[in-house]
Amino acid sequence: MTASKATTAQAGTPAASGYRSLSMPMRYLINAILVVVFLVVGELMIDGGVVSRYQTGVIEQIGIYIILAVSLNIATGYLGQLPLGHAGFMSVGGYSCAIFIMRMMDVVGVTARDFVTGSPAAVGLFVIGIIFGGVCAAICGLIIGVPALRLKGDYLAIITLGFAEIIRVVMQNIDGVLGFTLTGGAKGLTGIPSYTNFLNTFIVVAISLFLIHTMMKSRHGRAILSIRDNEIAAESCGVNTTYYKTLAFVASAFFAGVAGGLYAGCIGVMAPAKFGFMKSIEILVMVVLGGMGSMLGSVISATVLTILPEALRAVSDYRMVVYAVVLILVMIFRPEGLLGDYDFSMSRVIERIMNHGKRPEDFAPATTPAVEAVATAVASGAPSATTEKDTGKEASTHE
Amino acid sequence: MSSDETTKTETTVETAPSASPKRHRPVLVQMETPNLVPERDLGKMPVLQAEHLGIDFGGLTAVDDFNIAMGRTEISGLIGPNGAGKTTIFNLLTNVYKPTRGTILLDGYDTAGKSVVEVNKMGIARTFQNIRLFNKMTVEENVLVGFGNSMSTHLLTDVFRLPKHWKQEAEFHDKAMDLLGIFNMQGLAQERAGNLPYGAQRRLEILRALATNPKVLLLDEPAAGMNPAETEELMENIEKIRDDFQIAILLIEHDMNFVMGICEVIGVLDYGRIIAKGTPEEIQNDPKVIEAYLGKQGVK
Repeated sequence: MTASKATTAQAGTPAASGYRSLSMPMRYLINAILVVVFLVVGELMIDGGVVSRYQTGVIEQIGIYIILAVSLNIATGYLGQLPLGHAGFMSVGGYSCAIFIMRMMDVVGVTARDFVTGSPAAVGLFVIGIIFGGVCAAICGLIIGVPALRLKGDYLAIITLGFAEIIRVVMQNIDGVLGFTLTGGAKGLTGIPSYTNFLNTFIVVAISLFLIHTMMKSRHGRAILSIRDNEIAAESCGVNTTYYKTLAFVASAFFAGVAGGLYAGCIGVMAPAKFGFMKSIEILVMVVLGGMGSMLGSVISATVLTILPEALRAVSDYRMVVYAVVLILVMIFRPEGLLGDYDFSMSRVIERIMNHGKRPEDFAPATTPAVEAVATAVASGAPSATTEKDTGKEASTHE
Repeated sequence: MSSDETTKTETTVETAPSASPKRHRPVLVQMETPNLVPERDLGKMPVLQAEHLGIDFGGLTAVDDFNIAMGRTEISGLIGPNGAGKTTIFNLLTNVYKPTRGTILLDGYDTAGKSVVEVNKMGIARTFQNIRLFNKMTVEENVLVGFGNSMSTHLLTDVFRLPKHWKQEAEFHDKAMDLLGIFNMQGLAQERAGNLPYGAQRRLEILRALATNPKVLLLDEPAAGMNPAETEELMENIEKIRDDFQIAILLIEHDMNFVMGICEVIGVLDYGRIIAKGTPEEIQNDPKVIEAYLGKQGVK
């Protein structure tokens, strides 16, 4: 009791506001510790056999869908566009990562077993492969984004849908054009080593979320958000809208490619048919359900919507019905998604506990009385006199 | 209704090249009415010049033969009845619309063919008649978007949170707070812009425009929806902004007390043409202005 009081007094002095806040390195440290704890607990549970092999597979898929949903959220939630071709980027990333790793295995001298045991060469190959997949998808995103982002709304949705189909058809038929086996055509790419496991999926998810978070909380992210909120105003503030739209789109594609790379290693078989229109919709549903513009929302809904079909396997005849009903209910009662655009911040919660549940607003304002006076004056129905005068004047003009 | 003869201004000496649809090339002409620039700005090049600016929408001439030369620290006003083309002129000056004819020189540079973004970078910032804030972003973030072009960190520097990122964020946080201090809005910094009261939103829009480091600030009805006390405060603040930042301010406003109280030069627009230009006193007594506002019956 007394100790906490003393620290409060100490911390409160410099700002003269009494609100205790965490420093930036401290915030990152707390989050990093949480991630590591999560990782260690997960790994121990898998090693100890608490989580079955099948469940581990589901957890890996959850991670993959989290990346997919959060990356699509860059384009829908943060940029405010509606692309429908996310599965296309995922397949590009998946194929290129899988092909890269399979071809390089012989060159580097890594066998499929090394991915399980985790030799340094295998880890290096995995990292390069995943990044390679992301970059390939990002290049596709750039090629598609430049023409597509001239359009808005429905038109953008249709054009991205079209491009995703083109990608799918290319994957299916490119072998015939090239004259040698690259993607394996319609029967799919088989024999992909299972280089995805819980450990590396978790790390990739954590890094992806961190990178997307840091991008959005920078001048680049603010520019992207400003385009969503008001494109005309953004332009007039000197935001290069074409550049930032493309940037968001390419970043979205990059992380979809990363997820695709993980997916290939998780499933072991890549077939073009898996990356049809329905896959894009599935990812979009996760974003919309979780709340556009909320990273936590995307994470939660990706988790729930990946577990749900698995959990409902017993009543598999009805699971699509349940799925649809859930969607309809959410759209009726919470059209902005479960979390809207609320975003969770661990450090904010800790700060609140440190300050005994008081809100920052209770401390913050170094408000002079004048500000409050203005604020209250404005709040209490200010726009009376001038507007009335205006309308009166307008009515009398020209006659 | 005023005919073409009556709307012709004395200030334009040569005939407007309205016959030729092509935009003529930049020529630095000394404006015909240098006496309209405030004395302190007389020796310097006007920061914003428009010559014979005009735009047609289909067959309709929305703005015709608009001329302006703004001193570097001048506050001038644009008034006129609804639909006279005031906002259209703002859109022309910021290149939202491409002028059908005429030239705009900003600090001596032609803005023809530049995009809205480039024109903003050259030094014209504006606010909007119907407020256009980034509603879901905080007040501070709104201002920081305006600062965007002054910030230089590379994407990867930001994404990987290198020390330079923190340095710059801290620097611009302070700058944003200083800017918010003009209107005593520091306490609202973490508030969502969309949740602000109307008057505060208008003020924030001005601050956001200021953050882009303009030479000319265009304010579209800055006092709309404010009560007399707030309007009074806004007038003081606009003059303070002019003095602190040494910029020129062009504003559209319907509140005559506001316009007459703050503007050094006023242009009156009717049917897309300037019908009178002068000091507030001259404008108040100009029969053509009275006619435009009150109709022919108003003139004795």
